[in-house]
Amino acid sequence: MRGAFTKTITELAERDPRVLLLTADLGYMALEPFSDKFPDRFFNVGVAEQNMIGLATGLAEAGFIPFVYSIITFAGLRPYEFIRNGPVLHQSPVRIIGVGGGFEYGAAGSTHHGLEDVGVMRIQPGLTVIAPADHEQTRTAIEKTWDLPQPIFFRLGKDDKTVVPGLNGRFELGRAQTIREGGDILLITMGSVVTEAVAAARILVDFGISSTIMVVASFNPAPVDDLAEALSRFPAAMTVEAHYIVGGIGSLVSEVIAEQGLACKIARCGVRVSPNGIVGSQSYMHQVHGLSGKSLVDTARLLLGEAGEQDISAPLSDVLLPSLDSGK
Amino acid sequence: MQNKQIFARDIRRIILDQSKRANVGHIGSALSIADIIAALYGNVLRIESPKDPDRDRFVLSKGHAALAVYAALFLKGWLTEEDINTYCVDGSLLGVHPEHALNGIDFSTGSLGQGLPMAAGAALAASLENSSRRVFVLVSDAECNEGSMWEAVMFAAHHKLSNLIAIIDLNGQQAIGYTDEVLKLSPMEKRWQAFDWDVHAVDGHDIAEITETIAGLRTAQDQPHVLIARTTFGKGVSYMENQIKWHYWPMSDPEYQQALAEIGVNTA
Repeated sequence: MRGAFTKTITELAERDPRVLLLTADLGYMALEPFSDKFPDRFFNVGVAEQNMIGLATGLAEAGFIPFVYSIITFAGLRPYEFIRNGPVLHQSPVRIIGVGGGFEYGAAGSTHHGLEDVGVMRIQPGLTVIAPADHEQTRTAIEKTWDLPQPIFFRLGKDDKTVVPGLNGRFELGRAQTIREGGDILLITMGSVVTEAVAAARILVDFGISSTIMVVASFNPAPVDDLAEALSRFPAAMTVEAHYIVGGIGSLVSEVIAEQGLACKIARCGVRVSPNGIVGSQSYMHQVHGLSGKSLVDTARLLLGEAGEQDISAPLSDVLLPSLDSGK
Repeated sequence: MQNKQIFARDIRRIILDQSKRANVGHIGSALSIADIIAALYGNVLRIESPKDPDRDRFVLSKGHAALAVYAALFLKGWLTEEDINTYCVDGSLLGVHPEHALNGIDFSTGSLGQGLPMAAGAALAASLENSSRRVFVLVSDAECNEGSMWEAVMFAAHHKLSNLIAIIDLNGQQAIGYTDEVLKLSPMEKRWQAFDWDVHAVDGHDIAEITETIAGLRTAQDQPHVLIARTTFGKGVSYMENQIKWHYWPMSDPEYQQALAEIGVNTA
């Protein structure tokens, strides 16, 4: 998604001189297509995320469209109050690019795990929040929103290869995308962990369970109507997110169920405890937190009242993820 | 309206009147910058209209002194008397800290350490557009406690934002103590010089000196500029001067009458 981001905004910058790119000293081997082409519109502001957001607020007031880039915790959490009082309060067209949602930087350690960004961003009125599931959706999302007059927060991943089957790069603000149709259980998911949900749906077929999978990339505005329509058709749904279970997609779906008075039981699959210093690959961290395809299958079967094996220790991703990566 | 003379005494009068009517504090902070605001809005800022995209920008980074700016906007004719009489009234845009939604306010502030980064961005924008407009930002001395200030200080120097002019209201006080006792800031001049800014020490209550110093700045090349303006907290009202209490305290009726008399308003 990083590559798609840089490629897309480089193309936009050719059309619109208002587009600028700021980074807080990250993006090696990712931002060069832009910085090489537009060196006068690229600013490495140094390791100074608060100032970066302030600068972007000042630039946007004059009419520029600044994209600011860093790893998601540094881009979103360190300068959170600057985002609140800057782009959000001024309703100015700053684009905050946070790379590494969930456990994309799993081995880098807890400081690099993006586990609360959607929660803290989607509560800000007037801040569009977008969490694409793959690089094709990233491109569409940027192309469809790049000149909105209001601020946007993007939760991006590093992966520019994996394609979510059935998504086909679709994105629309305030809508969810259905990538698989089935009648027994509804899986609602976001970001790069969508591939785990897809893996789970494939295994569930062997148990005679067919799944619908909805991808939510637009969090603000949230796809309330799409979610309500789908949730009204299922007695049980699972939310799947590489995010704390409070604040993200599990919370969003709970809000929709409660506000619409729907009779749908949900299981929220996400991060329930602090990683507590444990590091590992993205797939390993998914296993640890019950987000591997196999773990999701167990949770789905428990939710549907079937006997499920609670084995979340097997390194399932080694088996499944490469086949998903090469599948499309 | 452009050439209308703004008198510091008029600003002080409005600060006292409105603070008394609204029964709110932050009076000493506003009085501290009354002369700086008078210099800026009376002599320095090039603003044909608050909507002109090529106007000079002004950021009150020490947002808690916004009443001094509201007074100037009123005296310039950009706020009506009816407007300014809504200071701190339910439903007003004129709060203790300034909101950009108000005509004449470029940036919302009130959280210390955020004004200079925004001002640096505004200065960079002017530079990218090859505009001769300038960006002024008024910061408090205690605000230099904030790390984000120094992030912006380094950025502005590195990018030679010579169209950026910071003014430090060096009154030596912060919310609940004196700066020398809370977190040492001196020598302020050397600190900014070390970060490669063009540093000028001025008397923050000498409108002519402030005006002339700014007029002499080279805003088209080299370094960003900072005026270190030595001020007296609560300037003009004897019982407020250098008193921590008057960061937050509102005035009683006798205190208000005394204050008016001391700034030279005849209330007889």
